[in-house]
Amino acid sequence: MTFLRATFFRSLYAILLLIAVLVLNFSMMHMAPGDVADTIAQSMGGADPEIMAQIRADYGLDQPFLIQLATYVGKVLNFDLGFSFFYNQPVVSLILERLPATLLLVLGAQLLALTLGVVLGVISARNPNGMTSHLVTGLALFGYAAPVFWTGILCLIAFSLHLGWFPTSGMRDVTVAGGGWAKLLDIAHHAVLPIITLCSVYLALYSRLCRTAMLEVLGSDYVRTAKAKGLSARQVVYKHALKNAVSPVITLAGLQFSAVISGAVLVEAVYSWPGLGTLAFQSIIARDTPTILGILFFSALVVIVGNLLTDIALRLVDPRVGGKQ
Amino acid sequence: MNKLKKLTLSLSITAALLSSTLSTQAVADDPKQGGTLVASLGTNVRNLNPAVQSGIATGFPGSQLFAAPLRYDENWTPQPYLAKSWDVSEDGLTVTLNLVDNAKFHDGQPITSEDVAFSVDVIKEHHPFKSMFAPVTSVDTPDAHTAIINLSQPHPALMLAMSGQLMAIIPKHIYGDGENPKTHPRNTENVVGSGPFKLVEYKSGEHVILERFDDFFIEGRPYLDKMVIRIITDPAARTLALESGEVDLASFEVAPQNINRLKKVDTLTVTPKGYGAIGPIDWLALNTGRGPLKEKKVRQAIAYAVDKNFILKAIKRGTAANAATGIHPDSPFHHADVEQYALDLDKANALLDEAGFKKDADGKRFGLTIDFGWAELKPNAEYVRGALKKVGIDVTVRASADFPTWAKRMGEMDFDMSWDTVFNWGDPVIGVHRTYLSSNIGKGVWSNTQGYANARVDELLEMAAKESDADKRKALYQEFQEIVADEVPLYFTNTLPYHTVYNTAKVGNPPLGIWSTSSPMDMTYLK
Repeated sequence: MTFLRATFFRSLYAILLLIAVLVLNFSMMHMAPGDVADTIAQSMGGADPEIMAQIRADYGLDQPFLIQLATYVGKVLNFDLGFSFFYNQPVVSLILERLPATLLLVLGAQLLALTLGVVLGVISARNPNGMTSHLVTGLALFGYAAPVFWTGILCLIAFSLHLGWFPTSGMRDVTVAGGGWAKLLDIAHHAVLPIITLCSVYLALYSRLCRTAMLEVLGSDYVRTAKAKGLSARQVVYKHALKNAVSPVITLAGLQFSAVISGAVLVEAVYSWPGLGTLAFQSIIARDTPTILGILFFSALVVIVGNLLTDIALRLVDPRVGGKQ
Repeated sequence: MNKLKKLTLSLSITAALLSSTLSTQAVADDPKQGGTLVASLGTNVRNLNPAVQSGIATGFPGSQLFAAPLRYDENWTPQPYLAKSWDVSEDGLTVTLNLVDNAKFHDGQPITSEDVAFSVDVIKEHHPFKSMFAPVTSVDTPDAHTAIINLSQPHPALMLAMSGQLMAIIPKHIYGDGENPKTHPRNTENVVGSGPFKLVEYKSGEHVILERFDDFFIEGRPYLDKMVIRIITDPAARTLALESGEVDLASFEVAPQNINRLKKVDTLTVTPKGYGAIGPIDWLALNTGRGPLKEKKVRQAIAYAVDKNFILKAIKRGTAANAATGIHPDSPFHHADVEQYALDLDKANALLDEAGFKKDADGKRFGLTIDFGWAELKPNAEYVRGALKKVGIDVTVRASADFPTWAKRMGEMDFDMSWDTVFNWGDPVIGVHRTYLSSNIGKGVWSNTQGYANARVDELLEMAAKESDADKRKALYQEFQEIVADEVPLYFTNTLPYHTVYNTAKVGNPPLGIWSTSSPMDMTYLK
């Protein structure tokens, strides 16, 4: 019951927050000088003032600010994210079109980073002063500190240009005929480098966190008890300690997942990955307000859902969370 | 001056060598049928219909999907395309197009004069370049294959406006259904075109896939079976894709460091050829209505103090050509013999003194701001700050958050100096006049944002717009270029270094005419 009630109030706050986010963003977008008519004119190599006025009238940009705002918020409350001026498409279809690519990239990178991070974290925690531990820490920190676009370009130069193992950009090779498995393999082939690049950012976070949590847990009483019972080191580490050490990592993963779009922007740009990050970036440059707001709205939804999922995952892993006490 | 002459000389020699190698190549290989060409595009395509959408991103796929009445060879001579012949009346008031009689749209419907008349109407109403068809009063269609364009005054610019991506012939039976052609759903899906290639798939931000149209009106063409235009917005990623051979051809490559990197790759040819009609020029705009800049001598002094060679060599790293005037050096109307303002600090100082702006105790005369349109022009702005400091002008660089912010400043003429890039778009009437006509002052970005007004210039441009005699027209533009060079509302520095990059062993006959990839690629083939 408490769980349901908490969820209900949380959702209510979230909706209010969502509206606040929309109003704030809309106002900020409006305060900046110039508008999408300018960028449309730019992409056309200049336009007659007559045409500019027509564009503004077409998209209702000539209306007073408050009317524009009211129209927009009203539409969003009816689950209509509006029409993109720049792409000439409904925002919902734009977002849905780009979503699978971003999900593949972000989920792939997260899963890889999570698995590798936990494994590396445990390995280095078992022998915190050994060579392996230092190597893991060093590598992870390098991945975290290096700008992701730079790592991306380095990977491209090494693995695509010189070794020729992977394609340089895009999500699939359209000259390759056939669907089904051939298409899936092609997409996987294209996804390897972007996923590894994005993974390098998260890897440091997870492995460091897992290492710290693991070290803390390994020093606790129940681990000593487990050891005293005569359990093997392997059992102690993976059965007793890891379960407890992993919950902060899951919390962090949930928070990171919320940053699904921001994290992917640069990687998507480097690999010309046709995802939401690229769309967000391009619409900001183009001042395409409906698309930007649509993406923000969508990100807010992802944050809420991500937090809820994190909660559930934590409950599954750690019975102490949200228990009946 | 000498250095400039040498530069021009070496440039023209390179150009001559280039063109000779190209023509021998054309003789050496016979075009082959078949194959898939993979090309790249640096900007996302939003609309595939050039009749309602301008810009080079639409121009590439748009010119493959839709045919225009004319096409141009690399010497600026009009060639038959959808019109097998044309005739301009003695008084210049009617232009008759005789269409090829076997032309079909991609859905099998015949292309008729009705479609030409309809396309002119749509372009007139929805295309951003109003000057292209402004004098067109009506289009008569005496029979299915004759279209007579009636003009209110002679309009020589019409010839270039009927080529490249500027006059796409679109099907009346599709776009004439009452929906707004500008936002018509068929602009991006199920496109029914008139050109050599038909649409297979368009995915925003990913690619445009085109396929040979078997019923194309020119026998045996296009040579390619398929064309894949991949959208790769990151310049570094594009460079790598070209190097690794994933992409066969890229046009409109502009970053000097990438161009120079690609030039070192053995398998690739990198050439600035083919952008004459696009005609992009970088210039330093001077707001002639503001403070000290009202004085012609001050503007001239600025031109003398800014070293064009520094921009060409250090910033553009030798990839750009000198632009002496606002008409692109490749254009037949370009007049190079004008004042070029070679670096001369003494002259600059003297002119500023004469104008009455003496140095104060700190060696300063006055302050100015400088804007720039996009990040690529920032080094130019920083350079000008340093260069003008030497003659006592204190320059503040004003950055803009993004393009609309800058466009607004320019449109409202809220600037002292600004770096800008403006395109010629074929005939001077289309892309050049807008910057100088006093009737176009302050009409938004890329209008006459300098507040420049000169009655003689207005008169010359007005006469040139309707002068049918090519030589007389040339003379009018010559005088115009001399006046502008003398009055310096703009200090022209260089052409934007657009380059076409292609796989030498693979791509035959790449689009190196005046419209680059904004022209039909029915003659391009894979070796």
